[in-house]
Amino acid sequence: MGKIVAKPEVCIGCHLCQIWCAVAHSRSRDVLKAFFYEDPPPPRIVVEERLPLTFAFPCRHCAEPDCVFACISGALHKDPQSGHVLHDESRCVGCYSCVMACPYGAIVIDSENRKVVKCDLCEGLDLPMCVARCPNQALAYLAEDGA
Amino acid sequence: MVRRFDYVIVGGSAGAVGCIEALRAVDREKTIALIGEEGDRIYSRALIPYYLGGRIHGDKMLYRPPDFCKQMGVTPWPGRRAVGLDPVRKTVVLDGGEELQYGKLLLATGGRPIVPPVPGLDKKNVFTFVSMADALALAETLPTARAAVVLGGGVIGLMAAETLKNRGLAVTVVELAPRVLAPVVDETASAMVEELFRAKGVPVHTGTTIAQVLGHERAEAVVLTSGETVSCDLVVVAAGVVPRVELAKAAGIAVNRGILVNEKMETSAPDVYACGDCAEGYDFVIEGNRPLPLWPNAYVGGRVAGFNMAGVPREYRWATSMNAMHFFDLYIINAGLNVTRDTADGFETVSRYDREARAYRKFALRDGRLVGFVLVGRVARAGILLRLMREKVDVSSFKHELLDEHFGYASMPESLRWELLAQDVRLGVV
Repeated sequence: MGKIVAKPEVCIGCHLCQIWCAVAHSRSRDVLKAFFYEDPPPPRIVVEERLPLTFAFPCRHCAEPDCVFACISGALHKDPQSGHVLHDESRCVGCYSCVMACPYGAIVIDSENRKVVKCDLCEGLDLPMCVARCPNQALAYLAEDGA
Repeated sequence: MVRRFDYVIVGGSAGAVGCIEALRAVDREKTIALIGEEGDRIYSRALIPYYLGGRIHGDKMLYRPPDFCKQMGVTPWPGRRAVGLDPVRKTVVLDGGEELQYGKLLLATGGRPIVPPVPGLDKKNVFTFVSMADALALAETLPTARAAVVLGGGVIGLMAAETLKNRGLAVTVVELAPRVLAPVVDETASAMVEELFRAKGVPVHTGTTIAQVLGHERAEAVVLTSGETVSCDLVVVAAGVVPRVELAKAAGIAVNRGILVNEKMETSAPDVYACGDCAEGYDFVIEGNRPLPLWPNAYVGGRVAGFNMAGVPREYRWATSMNAMHFFDLYIINAGLNVTRDTADGFETVSRYDREARAYRKFALRDGRLVGFVLVGRVARAGILLRLMREKVDVSSFKHELLDEHFGYASMPESLRWELLAQDVRLGVV
């Protein structure tokens, strides 16, 4: 099961992880088109800031995911093969039970659509976009837990 | 003929699913029977307001895929009710007379809606709000109804009231307590919610209840104990649920308000487990047992039961009261103890209320530990607060930070932050 870890000491708080997360989940997946012509979706990665401290904060894809257990609609599920905690937005009713349950605060509220969005580790890409685009290598992807 | 199953589950909702998914995480071979009186398509009763409100349709009411039982290798007994339990012979008797023998049994029989003993609440157009059958009956009545009375100003009653209002009905809420949501939030949060409903054109009558229902076959009006009469085309009764314990009680299993279970979700009878709305399990905040009829607790309780049933020891030690709710555009999340003006003795509270922004945060501490909170308005990242409660973290040194709507790990003292995130960050890279 893969997960992303943060390196707070080298995070410069540029928020590019959020920009590229939005691009990765936009219709065009193109940074210019997404921000000029589309309504870019909310980033699924949180940046915690208490300057000079900053660090990006993605979903951990927990082994025992409290968000999945709290979900009332079946929208959240843990993929038995990949171990990824995934969210079927078409089933989300915006009750925010997962927001209440997630111990990391990693479920993001999309208030415009009254739903939540969450990290899917950029399924289909070689590397999650936030990790690939971090200019200071402050995010790392661990393919296997603890690797 | 007696059929034997390794596992028998009575009830077909969140708790049953939690159990089945845990059992199948351990092995695929053992036999499982599911006795679900509402059928073998597992829907989510928590979605009823969204269904009636038109936000979701048809299959989106399903909590798991329609072929869940087949996928999971579960033998369903759809539409059947368990009417007898013999914990010595380890058998369950169904309403058709069949007898199932179990290796381990889970009771996930849920709750029964409370209908107060008021004359006339048995009329045709009086509905409860907990089952698919309720939802379908109500949906049939809605197109011709113009006015509704909702009895009960709790989470479900208020969600029902909003749904009916959004469907174009004139809605009146009647709550016996002096304020709405009294069991789960404090006076300030209740007032915010009441103000919102009134602003949306939904009168809220508190401190009163229905004394009498007028009309012949159908309810046409209700008379309140305060003397007022409210005319209506339908009544929704949302006065809470009581644990369904008959099966356990008749079998001699220890029952208080709900079926008593320990941290492994074991009842007093060997190889019999219980979870969800029918059970009374451990609450880590009150450090004792109480019914917690909430979706996440039902699922996790079922999951913990399932692992133990399959021989993998697990304990459920982090259950407590918690609600994520929303009314119109106002979101609320609460957890733990509901410390109010009347119950504040022995607690330290910190709160911030911004009337203009319709934002409220309140935290109750005991010996420096967080034991309860309510967030109104901005609820983002509430789970971090729940984690602080569960891990009994001393928050006294940063209690005022909790009032910041952007509270997160960065707001905590450094040593605590990195301790909580030890698995999730890499330090010492420079």
